[in-house]
Amino acid sequence: MNRLDELRGPMPSHPHDARAIAALAANPGCARRGLMDAAGVDKDRTARHLGFPAPFGQSQFAITRGNVFEALVKENGCAELLRLLRELLDLPIAQVGYQDVESVGSHLRHSHTRALIDRAAREDDGAAVFYDHPLFSLEIAGHTSYLEPDVVAFQIGGRFRIVEIKSFGLVDGQAEPEKVAAAARQAAVYVLALRTLMADLGHDPERVSHDVVLVCPENFANRPTAALVDVRKQLAVLKRQLARMTRVDRLLEGLPPDLTFDLVPDQDGVPTRPADELAGALRQVPARYAPDCLSTCDMCMFCRDEARRSGSTDLLGRQIRDQLGGVSRMTEALGLAEGTLQPAEGQEEIARLLRLADRLREEALN
Amino acid sequence: MSALTALAQLRAVRDGSAQRITTVRHCHIAPRPLVFIPLKLAGEAAAPLGAMVGTDPHYPRLLVVPQPRNRDLRFAFAADLAEVFLPYIEGFEKTTETVERKTGDPYERCLDAPQILVPNRSAVSFTGMLGRSTRFRRADGPYPVHPSVPLLGRWLTYFADRSQQPGSSLLLAATEALGLHWATGQSGLEDANLAALLGWIAPPAGMSGRRAAEEAEDPLLWPPAGPATDPGFDNEVLGPAVRAYEEAPTERAVERVTQALRTQLEPTWKLMWRAVEELRALPEGARVKDRWEIDRGSFTRFVERITEGGPPQARRDGAVGAAARLAGLERARASYDVQRAHDDPLVMAEYRLTGEAFAGTVTAADPEHTEGEGRSRKLRPLITVETDDPVRLALGTTVGSPDRRGHAAEIVEIADGEITLKITKGMGRGKTPAPGAVPEPGERVTYTSLTDDFQSSASLPDPEQTPWTHGGPPEEYVPSDDDAQEEWS
Repeated sequence: MNRLDELRGPMPSHPHDARAIAALAANPGCARRGLMDAAGVDKDRTARHLGFPAPFGQSQFAITRGNVFEALVKENGCAELLRLLRELLDLPIAQVGYQDVESVGSHLRHSHTRALIDRAAREDDGAAVFYDHPLFSLEIAGHTSYLEPDVVAFQIGGRFRIVEIKSFGLVDGQAEPEKVAAAARQAAVYVLALRTLMADLGHDPERVSHDVVLVCPENFANRPTAALVDVRKQLAVLKRQLARMTRVDRLLEGLPPDLTFDLVPDQDGVPTRPADELAGALRQVPARYAPDCLSTCDMCMFCRDEARRSGSTDLLGRQIRDQLGGVSRMTEALGLAEGTLQPAEGQEEIARLLRLADRLREEALN
Repeated sequence: MSALTALAQLRAVRDGSAQRITTVRHCHIAPRPLVFIPLKLAGEAAAPLGAMVGTDPHYPRLLVVPQPRNRDLRFAFAADLAEVFLPYIEGFEKTTETVERKTGDPYERCLDAPQILVPNRSAVSFTGMLGRSTRFRRADGPYPVHPSVPLLGRWLTYFADRSQQPGSSLLLAATEALGLHWATGQSGLEDANLAALLGWIAPPAGMSGRRAAEEAEDPLLWPPAGPATDPGFDNEVLGPAVRAYEEAPTERAVERVTQALRTQLEPTWKLMWRAVEELRALPEGARVKDRWEIDRGSFTRFVERITEGGPPQARRDGAVGAAARLAGLERARASYDVQRAHDDPLVMAEYRLTGEAFAGTVTAADPEHTEGEGRSRKLRPLITVETDDPVRLALGTTVGSPDRRGHAAEIVEIADGEITLKITKGMGRGKTPAPGAVPEPGERVTYTSLTDDFQSSASLPDPEQTPWTHGGPPEEYVPSDDDAQEEWS
């Protein structure tokens, strides 16, 4: 059996979605996350079983709103979307084809997507086509992950564009920066998947544009509007991170041979493995906790608790580590500041700064 | 963040309680602020769900939108909100003082100004969004609204815009105001949770700050301070209540939504007033009054703009307007940073740490030292200061002192922790210095290269002269019927 399958146990491999892949790029240095994702471990379930559920949830209001908006954009064979693209890209198209890839059985969707994209790239008949519910694949750490984007791929003249439909408002041409950034990170995953597919089929991957179309409600109405978002930067980050992940075999080296994150589910799939034992197994693989994890990773509460127990300065954010000149333990930094700890070699500079900071604080407060 | 704040955070972790990072308060806290806690419907840009608002901690006003997707109910909410906001704001418009100017005519300035307090930065953005979605409405024509609605929209927009001005206290986010004065043992991201932040600063008796902050993360104990609601609450409590209203819009159904939102808002309402108390308990910095005076001036000008019947704020700034605004923000930032350092030895310590300031004891003084001969003979007292600080100032640098306003000196010599300064300003015009103008041996002094000198505003062309590189002269903004009828679904 594959070592990664052993790590996961008998559960089926947990599929990656674009959000998860995008989140990986946010913290490339985290071995724990890298390994769990590579093995396809269900992190959400694992965190729950450990007693550290992630504080994520989605409101039914937001879900309803998102669905209603998406349906509006896609109704009548993406008629509204066509209008938007015509204006945005200045396209002289009167008609557009619509292919719903979901119409075939799920096991065929990936090959169907492949065949459709290949045909479009080969026979450039100038026709424009929307591909709804395409199923892409991406190689992650030696494993093929299937991505089910809630996006539409648009093709005209053998050139492709990713269209992402989001329900956050674009008010007077501006949207919340964090939401746009998250959408761009996700869209980059799809662009990469489609480019990989093109290359695989022997076509020029550059025929997939790095400008993705973001469709959002305009102002406070339900009417959609579209904008181009350049995702080149996100693509570069993602590629670098995925290249790192292919070296997951290096992460596996040096792990105890019997290490596993198996939840030991019973007949009904309920985990039976003692949480302490599982936590012990996870701690064998170092995490790189940062406060940003609190909004992206299912394991965040577990890792935060670990960072607290070990007194790591990561708990307070990456900036503080910079201010402390790379000193990673809180007690160590405090010891240097208060003069109870002699600086090790190479720490003289930061020790002097911290001691001065300590003196200045005392002077100002007393 | 500086090493001083980093150190304070480490102490906070060790001691389990927040640590002061200032010795005084750097924002104005009004005697009667208006606390405003808005909630919005998840997934929407600016659909209000409800709000708790008021000036009396014991009598909050709770406003709700029983079906947040209903446009008419939203405007009714806006009208209700205007009933609280507008009388509060108008209460400050009448009493004015006359300000004399060296050049130009004297003008009137309101003696005091309103202060709006919201829980966090997202609530500030939402205030702006609510302003944006209401300020273009009209009381006549299709889709008429109550006349107070567009006026409320203009005020909300004004407050949200003004909150970007460093040092302004007209609209404050509680988490930011607290974060300016205390360091906690958690990250900045976690500090955005008002309950957790206050947990560190003022935990309940017998509980550590760390423990209180942990408890504050449970949305069942401490609902989020908004504008976003807890998804669990949305799905289990609010969703069914809104559906019941939809099926039968009775008073009972409204009451059900109201009760549900009360449970989410009341804890935050209490937290907000606790935050006010904590901030009020800090002694006020010396220049807070000056900055509040600028706020009062800005408020007065906006009152005048409304009285004169000016149009609502445009959707977007023109090129010249935007450049002027940015330049203004930069000047305000620079001046705010300097003022805080001059008001507060702990803030000044940050500059001492980086070598831009130093404190020490005067070891020698030559108060009657002069330079030049004959008519150009000038009084230039010399002092020598002994310091342990790592000074990184070049010879010839002009420095000022927080201890003496209008006092300036030049660095003449730096050697072995001894700095010789030549005083160039603020010692009077006589042959001998004014009493007290020159520090005497033994006196503790602080000098810094940070000065809050007057900076002239950037010279920008008139909007009509906008160069083509910046889109040419912008079309004058005239509110259109489309603006007034914009969908709000």
